[in-house]
Formats: sequence, C-alpha cells, structure tokens
Amino acid sequence: MITVSQTLENVRDSSAKEVVSQCIERIEASKFNTFITVAKESAPEAAKKSKNIKGSLAGVPIAIKDNISTKGIRTTCASGILGGYVPPYDAHVIERLKEAGAVIVGKVNMDEFAMGTSTETSHYGPTLNPWDIKRVPGGSSGGSAATVAAGEVPLALGSDTGGSVRCPASFCGVVGLKPTYGVISRYGLISYANSLEQIGPIASNVADMTHLFNVVAGHDPRDSTSVPGEKDYTNALVDDVEGLTIGVPKEYFGEGIDQAVEKSVRDSVHRLEDLGASWQEVEMPHTKYALAAYYVIAMSEASSNLARFDGMRYGLRLEKDHDWHTTYSEIRSQGFGEEVKRRILLGTYALSAGYMDKYYLKALKVRTLIKQDFERALKSTDVLIAPTMPTPAFKLGEKISDPLTLYMADVNTVPVNLSGVPSVSLPCGFSNGLPIGLQIMGKHFDEETIIRTAYTFEQNTEFHTKAPEVA
Amino acid sequence: MREESLKLRPYLDEVGVMIGLEIHVQLNKLNTKIFCGCPLDYHDDGPNTHTCPVCLGLPGSLPVINRKAVEYSIKVGLALGCSIEEHTQFYRKNYYYPDLPKGFQITQYDYPIASKGYINIEGEDGEVRIRINRAHMEEDPGRLLHEGGSIERSKYTLIDYNRSGVALLEIVTEPDIRSPKEARRFLDKLRNILEYLDVVDTTLEGSMRVDANISLSGGSRSEVKNISSHKGAERALLFEIVRQKNLLRRGGKVVQETRHFDEARGVTVSLRTKEEAHDYRYFPEADLVPLKVADLAPGIAKTLPELPDARRQRFISQYGVTDDHAKSLTSEKQVADFYEQVATEVDPKLAAVWIADVLKGELNYRNLGIDAFAGANMVQLVKLLAWDKITEQSGVEVIRTILDEGGTPDDVVAAKGLLKAGGDLVTAAVEEAITENPQAVEDYRSGKQEAVNFLMGQVMKKTKGRADAKEVREMIIQRV
Repeated sequence: MITVSQTLENVRDSSAKEVVSQCIERIEASKFNTFITVAKESAPEAAKKSKNIKGSLAGVPIAIKDNISTKGIRTTCASGILGGYVPPYDAHVIERLKEAGAVIVGKVNMDEFAMGTSTETSHYGPTLNPWDIKRVPGGSSGGSAATVAAGEVPLALGSDTGGSVRCPASFCGVVGLKPTYGVISRYGLISYANSLEQIGPIASNVADMTHLFNVVAGHDPRDSTSVPGEKDYTNALVDDVEGLTIGVPKEYFGEGIDQAVEKSVRDSVHRLEDLGASWQEVEMPHTKYALAAYYVIAMSEASSNLARFDGMRYGLRLEKDHDWHTTYSEIRSQGFGEEVKRRILLGTYALSAGYMDKYYLKALKVRTLIKQDFERALKSTDVLIAPTMPTPAFKLGEKISDPLTLYMADVNTVPVNLSGVPSVSLPCGFSNGLPIGLQIMGKHFDEETIIRTAYTFEQNTEFHTKAPEVA
Repeated sequence: MREESLKLRPYLDEVGVMIGLEIHVQLNKLNTKIFCGCPLDYHDDGPNTHTCPVCLGLPGSLPVINRKAVEYSIKVGLALGCSIEEHTQFYRKNYYYPDLPKGFQITQYDYPIASKGYINIEGEDGEVRIRINRAHMEEDPGRLLHEGGSIERSKYTLIDYNRSGVALLEIVTEPDIRSPKEARRFLDKLRNILEYLDVVDTTLEGSMRVDANISLSGGSRSEVKNISSHKGAERALLFEIVRQKNLLRRGGKVVQETRHFDEARGVTVSLRTKEEAHDYRYFPEADLVPLKVADLAPGIAKTLPELPDARRQRFISQYGVTDDHAKSLTSEKQVADFYEQVATEVDPKLAAVWIADVLKGELNYRNLGIDAFAGANMVQLVKLLAWDKITEQSGVEVIRTILDEGGTPDDVVAAKGLLKAGGDLVTAAVEEAITENPQAVEDYRSGKQEAVNFLMGQVMKKTKGRADAKEVREMIIQRV
C-alpha cells in the first residue's frame, strides 16, 4: 500500500505529473475492477496545476466513490440509469480536495446507489478483494477500499450510510472513518438515505486517513445539516491512551460472529489495556432492533431520493419516447438494478398510507432508542470497541442471492448511522489470510478520541504493515 | 359582526353551499428562490436561464432555506391573525410529474409556519369571519409549455425550470365560505392584505393561484384546480353549484373528486376520483433542519404595516368619512394611498365622495387603475367643487374628459366653459323660460309637478348646464 508521505516525497523527487501518470498506469493494470471511470485527461492537467498549490495534498492522487459529484467527470453511482451523466458541478469535498492540491484520478466502483455490502450490485461488475480475488471487497464503497488496499492510490473517499466505508475498510484491511453526521458536507453526495449518510475518508493508515479527513471536513453553508466550525484533527494523532475508558458492548458479539474475529477484537481491547486504557462491558439493549429500523428508514428515504432519476434531464434515455408516464416507467425499469428496485419498492410501501405508522414511524422510534443506548453507554466510557463486521470477507456470489442474509452482515455498523456518532474501522488481525476490522465508536463530534485510540493501537501493532500480494 | 371561532357558519341557502379555498401565493418580491440563490427576475428572459443544480434537482444538490422567505411567510401569517408555532418543519410530498425535477416537492405538512387565523369579509349576511386553517411554505414546480396549446392536442411539451423553486405560501381556509361571490370577496381581500404587506407583486401572472373545495348540504366535495383569477374562481364555483345541483336533482350522487377548471369554456372537468387520488407519502425532509421560528415573530410583528381593516377604522375617525366610503377607499392599497394624498390638501369628506363614488366607477368602467388619474388633478377638482366654481355634473364631466383625453381640471373647465354661471345670468334664463313657455307654467299651476322639470331643462339649456339645478328649481317655483 502507498502512504501519503511517500507520495509527497515522490512528488518532490520527480513531479506530480509523473506520480499521477504512474498511478493511472497501476489503475489501468488493476485486476480488481476498482475503477468505473479513469480521469485520463483531467488528472494529468490537475497534476500539472498542483505545482502551484501549497495545499497539504499537492500532487497526491485520490480515488472518489462514484456517488460524489465531480465536475466534468462522469458520475454514475454504478447505475445504468446515470449512464453518460457528467455533472456540471463539484461536490463540496471535491472543491476542498482541489484547494488542497489533491489530484482526482477517477471514480471508483461501488454497489449501485450505495445499496449493498459487497460491491456486487454494481452495473459495472463486482470489484474483487485484493487479498483474495474470489472474495468480495465489502461495500458499498468496495472500489474505494480495494484500490487503496491494492496500492493503486494512497487515498480514497467513500460514503457510509449503514457501514459502507467501514465494511470495505474491514474486508480490505485499510482504515476508514464514518464521521459524525454533519461534520463533512453532503453537498454533491448523491443521496441514498440522506438522514444517515456521511462521506468518509479511506487510507492505508490512521495518519493518512486523518490528513484526508482534515481536508474535507468543515462547515458548508450549502448543506443545512453541516455543523459550524473547523478543527485540526491531526492534533489527535497522539500515541497515548493512558486513562482512556473503553466500553465493550456485549450485543456486538452476538450470534453469527466468527470466532477469529471475536478473538482479534478482544485481544485488541487487551492490547489497549496494556497501553494504559481500561475497559468495561456495556449494554446496548436495543441493538437487536437496529437492522430492521435501519432498513425501513434507509429504504423509505431511498424511495424518495431516487425519484428524480427519470431520464428527462440527464442519464439514461431509451430509443423511443412515449407519453411521459410510460417513458418514466420504462427508463426506471431498465436503468435500475434488482437491489435498487427492491429497496425503492419496499421503501414506497413503508411510507404508504396505512403502513407508515407501522413501519416508518416505528423505525424512527427505534432510532431514538438506539441513540439513547449510545448516550448511556458513552456516559461512563470514552469510546466503544466492537468488531466492524462479524466475519471476514465472504465469497463472491455467496450471499447476493439471499438479501436477508446479506443485510444481516450490517448488524454492527448500522446502529452507528442511526445514532449519528463517529466510528473508525482499522485492521486488527487476520483470519486465514483475510483482514479483520476493529471498530472504534465515539461520542458525537468527538472524532479526536477515536482517532487517538486508533492511532495508538496502530503505532503499537503491526497489522497495518501487511499488504496483499497484488503483482 | 359575527364571530364563530369553533363552529362552522350555517348554510345560507337551501342547497347548503360550503366552500373552502387553497390559495398558492408566490412570494415573488423576494430576490431569490426558496432553496437556492437563483434570482427571480426571469420574466423577461428565455426559458431555463435562472437555474442551478439545486432548483434543477441535479443529483447531490441540497436545499438551503431562504431566511427572507421565512420572514415574509411569518409576516403574512401574522397579518392573517395566525399563530406562529415554536418550530416549523419541511416535508417531502412524493409524486411524479415532469415539472417536478426531484420527483418530490418540498412542502410543509405537520408544523406549518402559521396556523389558525382569519380574514373578515362582507358576507351575504353581513360581515363575517372566514377562518384560515393554516399557511405553509413550499416550492413552485417548473412550468410546462404544451406545444399547440392544450395538453390533449400537443405533440410534445417543453419544460421551463425558471419557476422551479420560487417560494410559495399556500393559504388554506376552513370551509366557511357560502357563495361564489363571497369566495371572490375573500380573494380580493386577501390580495389587498398581501399588497399592504408588500410581499407579492399580484400583477405578475400566476402570483395567486386558487384551488377551491365545494360541497352541497354536507355531501361529498369536489376540488377544482387551475383557477388563475378571482373572477375565474367565482365562475368555476357557480358552475360547480349548478353541476352538483343538477346531479342531485336527477337522483345522482356527488363523488369526491378533483376537477380541472377550463377557463376558456367556463366549465370544470373531472381529473381523478378519490380512488385514483395520489398517496403523497409525506415524510420529513431531512436535508432541512427544523426551524425555530417563534423567536422571529415578535420582531416581524413590529414591522407590520397598517392593514386594510385598521386603515378603514382610521379613515372613519381621522377624516370623518362614512363606513361605506372608508371600506371602498381601503379595498385597494393604491386607492387608499391616493385618497390620503388628496385628503391632506382638501376637504377629506368631499374627496371621499368624489374618489369612492365617482372616480372609482369611471375607472372600473374603463378598466383602468388609480394610477390613470393624477392626485394633483383630484386636488384641483375637489377645490373647484368646494369653492362652488363648477356643478357636480361638470365635475363628472371633468373626470371623464381627463380619463379619455387627458389634461387638468382647469384646462377642461376652460376649454368646455364649465365655470358655474353667475346669478344674473341664471335669473335671466329663468325669466326667459317662464315667458317663453306659458303652457308649462299653466300646467304647473294646475298641479302637474313634472312641468317644473321641463322648465328646469329649458334653463339648463340656456345656461349650458352651468347652473346649479337645486337653485334653479327653487327660483322657478318661487316665480310661478
């Protein structure tokens, strides 16, 4: 894997143009189907210009999940319905990256509209896990995590609606952060479930992830849910957990958890204890309702968020037009994949007259209870530690035909989105050569403490130094 | 004045007409749209020139509330006597239509910005209170242009998103209106209030669009959409009453349905029945945080201008005009402003008579606004009348001449020789008329009152109408 400091050094020794062109060569030679669109024209241009930018990421290549709007670069959400859509505007995070001198080398693969846990629902085919090409990279930001793990780029942006940054970070052995809701502007992030999701940074190590986070976080008046204020998160890169109190929620080690995963996570807690932290078991009794509530809320919002894709103004167009009603129906039935259709239909149902109380409003009540679980658990502790995923990466095709089993894999990640708290996933072990992810969750707007905990763990362990054989 | 804060007004006629209105008011005096920075001065520009990722609903764009739109809405709410709740919130109304670029409209549902107000109007049975259920904010969709005119005949439809995202305030009444005429009066009064508040330019097309709900004797109601004028509202409702009445008389049943008003033909046609009604799946818009608005209300209340009802009371007390005159003068803001400008310089009571009773009628007849007559001309005219320089008849002629040909009262009086004739001239004319018409004198003496009128006519002819009719009459009676 490539680090940012290494990349900056290469830029200094050769040139940004050289670094970016090598990066594009690696991407084009990729065996993992990580990219949907490679910015072969705009990236070298941007690299040349980055010479004059004094930003912290000047000349550093970055991969962007394909649900983030990039001016002049095709943005598809890995869906057939957005075929040919080239946005006329940049997302807030893209503006920030450009100001910092980062070079967007292309758009990476994902589950269609971020709906999935394996990157298998992409219209452009699945991304493969660099640790084992027979396995999924996780999802929905599978392209983002896999391209970093494969050493193609040092940095990537993903988005996390129910675990979509943390799951692939865990499966691909990289570091990914889901910030507190409101910390990174969603302006330009194509919504799947807008009350749950955040853009999140992915890198090969905690420090790089934090540098990227530092660049893209901050207030944006174009997103009403964006919180005011700017922070320097790199101040949290401190190797010290003395006095830190860790909560270990027992509900996150429930049925279906892989023994190797459980052992690695418990060992990690003990490692932190050795380094000066203390830990206690905490109870989060409503965790068992989180999955159901998450899917009801996410699908309800999706049914509305995806209504705009009708082929009238952009995206897929069919040969023959009929009356608008028929044309809409045909475009949507041809443009969307199965999983997207399933979620739109279920979400529409959950919001319908007569069912709304039973599903959507009930799910909102559960959401409040989940939030209270977090508030209670984090009253006596500083961070919560649990497995990111209950298992290491599963095989391609293993779960895709059984949506319910696939949804179950999100059991430890969705409560975080329901409550809005920040959470980071980083490598903490291996099982049969597959990485295991450690999830560190914190209080609202206290990214610093989870970064410090993650950084300390990383500094005192070797897991992040391992990389898949990609040659 | 009858106030019914809780119960509905009883029916006023045997068919039991009940009408409720929903008025979409475009807050077109704002500088920008409701959720983005696109300017509103698009009326003279080409289609799709005032758009951005937000009002085009491009993937990834997010709405941001226009604070000024919130203030304007609170202002209207307060002027309608509504209460402003602690919080207000936005919802999504989900439906597909080509003018709606996101596939949903951002509107309000629970927690509207203003609720529970009223407007007093002149009802069929005296002054009545029409209750306002709520006023809520939402975004205007784009505009569809059907090539070839109607939706049925057009080969294709063009979409202009310039209008997409213009702030609307939807004002919803209780079903307190009892006749089409009352509906029109309500709409006129509402427009007047909005003009006083200076939040809407009501002369712009589509600035006030009306949906009307109407039922007879508590039966099912029909909702009539696409009413674009106050006169149209009255016509559409009249049509609906007749249609529903005939339906019932023939033993039919009124079904709950949405109907479309065809302005050209003056009829309503069925769009969809209750069974075909949309399920809009309202749910909270998470991209806009709930707004705390209660704190804004007191400050905005202080900026409220004097409203029509208050101004009417002030006209009565300050200028001593009659209630009818005060009502007439305050029913349009520009007229009231015009009156006050004149009233400060001349006898306010006389000015009220001439503006409310004469000038307004002449303007209406010519379909003109008050700006067609200069305030200085009215001052001059009232002075001429007050000083007894011209007769009332000449006064009317002066107004008509100015409206048709222009000029000032002094010009018209000079050109037409309208200065009131002096005493000697009138006396001579009276003497002459009596001498020249002995038969009429005889008729009067034998009890025929009409004979005086004939003699008066002769005098007027001789004086070219410049004599005061009352004086002439007295002189004739004295002499014969």
